[in-house]
Amino acid sequence: MNGWIFIILCTVSLIWTCLCLVYDKRPRLLKPITAITILVIWGAALLTLFRRFTGGLGAVAGVNDDAPWGLWIGADVFAGVALAAGGFVIAATVHIFRIKRFNPILRPTVLTAFLGYVLVAVALFIDIGRPLSWWHPLVMWQDHSIMFEVTWCVILYTTVLAIETSPPLLERLGLTKVLKVIKASTIPVVIAGVILSTMHQSSLGSLYLIVPGKLYPLWYSPLLPVFFLISAVAGGMCVVIVESYFSAKILKRGLESYIMTSLGRAASIILFIYLIIKLADLAVRGHWDLILEQNLQSRMFLLEMGGGVALPAILLAFRRFRHMPRGLLAASLLVMAGIVLNRVNVSWIGMSVTDHLHYYPTWMEIALSLGFITAGTIIFFLAVHYLPIFPKTEEEEELPEAISPGSNTGLVSA
Amino acid sequence: MNCKQRAPDMNTLDRRRFLQGLLGGTGLSIISPSSFAADPGNIPIANTPSVLVDVTRCIGCRACMRACKIANDLPNDTDLSVGFPVTWDRQELRFDQWTVVNPQTGPGTDGIDVTRNVKRQCMHCLQPTCVSVCPVGALTKTELGPILYNEDRCIGCRYCIMACPFDVPKYEWHSGLSPVVGKCQFCTRKRLSQGQLPGCVEACPTGALKFGQREALLFEAKARIASHPEKYINHIYGEKEAGGTAWLYMADVPFENLGFKSTMETAPMPPLTWDVLSKIPILAGAMAGLFGTLAWTLNRQEKSE
Repeated sequence: MNGWIFIILCTVSLIWTCLCLVYDKRPRLLKPITAITILVIWGAALLTLFRRFTGGLGAVAGVNDDAPWGLWIGADVFAGVALAAGGFVIAATVHIFRIKRFNPILRPTVLTAFLGYVLVAVALFIDIGRPLSWWHPLVMWQDHSIMFEVTWCVILYTTVLAIETSPPLLERLGLTKVLKVIKASTIPVVIAGVILSTMHQSSLGSLYLIVPGKLYPLWYSPLLPVFFLISAVAGGMCVVIVESYFSAKILKRGLESYIMTSLGRAASIILFIYLIIKLADLAVRGHWDLILEQNLQSRMFLLEMGGGVALPAILLAFRRFRHMPRGLLAASLLVMAGIVLNRVNVSWIGMSVTDHLHYYPTWMEIALSLGFITAGTIIFFLAVHYLPIFPKTEEEEELPEAISPGSNTGLVSA
Repeated sequence: MNCKQRAPDMNTLDRRRFLQGLLGGTGLSIISPSSFAADPGNIPIANTPSVLVDVTRCIGCRACMRACKIANDLPNDTDLSVGFPVTWDRQELRFDQWTVVNPQTGPGTDGIDVTRNVKRQCMHCLQPTCVSVCPVGALTKTELGPILYNEDRCIGCRYCIMACPFDVPKYEWHSGLSPVVGKCQFCTRKRLSQGQLPGCVEACPTGALKFGQREALLFEAKARIASHPEKYINHIYGEKEAGGTAWLYMADVPFENLGFKSTMETAPMPPLTWDVLSKIPILAGAMAGLFGTLAWTLNRQEKSE
């Protein structure tokens, strides 16, 4: 029971942190309350880091031999990777499918994805027991391991994202020659990014294919990789919506509403497909009855599928709803919560066969996770502030540009 | 050592493939599949070193636990030189405790509760899940059969702990930078290679543990069941579980009543992920072709407009 009170407290503190960050009207001069919240979180996170590297994971985290993967894997890595999927989706839309109207959101989306993956890499570095051996999968090959494949994909894709994110920085620094090379290689890089993303987004689900006897049947399915991939695509789109909404608010710029509504529509379609496959899969495996079992797992499943998939899918299907910025935002937040809940369910709730959970996160695990979220958000806004990430507004456009006109619209301007 | 007869059936082939790259060295060299002479897929499963555990003969003296700690230099709170027992408290497997014996109470065949002493340790699967999931080959199946752990390769991702169908590998949670995964090594390096019995088997005073080749032990277990059908239940745990294990159990009480996992798959586990993983190169190639063509075509179209 203590654990649940704890989780509620943590959720509240998460929402509090986000609200502080988002509704602070002065992004450069943080209001005292935001500053204090963030300082408290970072202080706790630093303490956690110190204790983790001196006393081991057992000293800071609730993980144990019955539940070897905790919040840092379930929420920070699994959910983090899924929510950063917008990067490859939008990059593919613009550069492979050549749908140019998505250009204005390409840079912020790719930046978000890059920051997300860097944080995932940091989280993994902290979570693996022997962080100094992190490079072992690069030289000690074991190509029958999903974990091996995921490691390679994440490392390569973070590199791809670094290349995709670099143009704003190069523009700022005035490195025209490097910029030219990068722009010339855009399409192959984007294609590589899409392949790598497809591979590891699905493979995070495949990690659980090996535990048919452990993962609760509501989540275990031979289609786990497909589910992880589809839900990540929808989740990534909704992250783009949420991020654009708040960027517009904080940076006082116009919202590209036509892009947001079409993203919302696409997310709705994908969520419906996800829902149908998921329910069909349950039916084929004969586990429909488990939904109504009235245990912890069934309730979490209903919350995840009802609140995080079905409800936003239906809401977003209505044109009128999609055209209300706040409605679009609310539905997107639901989808994001649904994705996080799904990853947490698979990695935590579903891995406990009974109502008794083997694991509860500690305050230190939560503090570090919050530290990641706040750090990521602040770096994002700093980058947006100092680099040409968003398309320039009209008065700014008159200023001289470092590179050829139109370079602010994405990776490829020519 | 390098016998070249290959069984044509898929299981053997798969097993051979996921084990390749694991044996033959712990250096930091980049490993190519062809560089391995050791080919465990060719070792007949029948000859795998095995132990038959007859639960009915175990008196719960825990001499095996003590012997295990001594044989593997594992730390212990009590003075091992004084003699057993290690302790009478309920014990769990830990990274520094590779075998435990605990009394288990459950309904017997006639429905009345009985108590039996159940030994636990690594089952040494014929097709080990832990070996297949380890991203760096820190867990390897030796040519002989036992599954060994090499901490110099381990990165501490704990996928083996998550994936093991028998919940055997355990982790050193309170080490900052160099935690190890601990599990029974079948005394391979310290005793088997010198022609000695595993520590626990040697210490067992009642013959509850019997060491031998798997085929012979299976034969013996079946003979015991056949000669005392009123005593034993007709199930050898480990004969088929998770594709078969080197450790085999026989008992007079249904295994699920003794704390054994009853829902264990009989199919080997590694193909569950390999079936997906092996298709990825084809899918990735197809995607590269598809997206490449698409981007190229659309790009050209754009330019001509």
